[in-house]
Amino acid sequence: MEIPYISEARPDTGLTNGKLGVWLFLASEVMLFAALFSSYILLRVGSTEWPHGFQELNVPMAAINTVILISSSVTMVMAWASLKMNNFSKFRMHLGITIVLAVAFLVIKYFEYAEHLATGMGPWHSTFLGIYFTMTGLHALHIIGGIIVNGYLWGPGAKMWKTKPVQFTNRIEIAGLYWHFVDLVWIFLFPMLYLL
Amino acid sequence: MDAHASDDISKHVRTYFMVFGALMVLTIVTVGVSYLHLPTHTAIIVALFIATIKASMVALFFMHLNHERKLIYWVLMLTVVFFFVLMLVPLATNLDRIVLRY
Repeated sequence: MEIPYISEARPDTGLTNGKLGVWLFLASEVMLFAALFSSYILLRVGSTEWPHGFQELNVPMAAINTVILISSSVTMVMAWASLKMNNFSKFRMHLGITIVLAVAFLVIKYFEYAEHLATGMGPWHSTFLGIYFTMTGLHALHIIGGIIVNGYLWGPGAKMWKTKPVQFTNRIEIAGLYWHFVDLVWIFLFPMLYLL
Repeated sequence: MDAHASDDISKHVRTYFMVFGALMVLTIVTVGVSYLHLPTHTAIIVALFIATIKASMVALFFMHLNHERKLIYWVLMLTVVFFFVLMLVPLATNLDRIVLRY
């Protein structure tokens, strides 16, 4: 059975079902991260001492990662805009850059983690590092999820552009909404964990 | 795609790059402020203030929340309410300690 209202908007909601679906999913994602933000606050106010993030973590690496992720949000939205302007090759280029930037983010994160683990400073070392690894780890899983979805849409999934261009453009918009959310979470994680 | 819609998108593209510039500047400000080593209270307020502006820009322009359908706003309003419940209710259990410390 074909899912209804994936190309054209449903008259009563004014939205495609996919778009409403992804926003509901993002609402649940907000609550998932909110639970961890809330835990962070509780752990911090309940502790007798709490290190400054910049004493324990690598701020320049995380700052570069912030720039990388924000840039990838721009290329993601440009991928969608390119399809809207009927320019498939530009779409491919922008989505490709988005994926490369996402991989670069993970590579930098890997070096950060490796630096910690090499000195025995794993999540077991302190409450601060425990919540740091949990939150950045969950965020990194979201990056991996985004790479998988965007990779599919860049590769085999892109065939849909020839047969159902409107539906494909909607798919890119929806994947973009998820990707911007991942960027948005990092915008809070970066100062909270690294700078305060 | 008609020419009019394509024109509209070109305007959007200009906005995206302006937002990108603003986000970069605010990232530099966030990192810069952290080197001032402000008192913890002030540092938290400043950092969260800047992060909220950045997040709002991403949500409004990249996620197109500046012109979205009503139903999405309803969903998000409900989410915001529960978000604050989750932030504040557990914190209330620790109020005595917070008051003592600060």
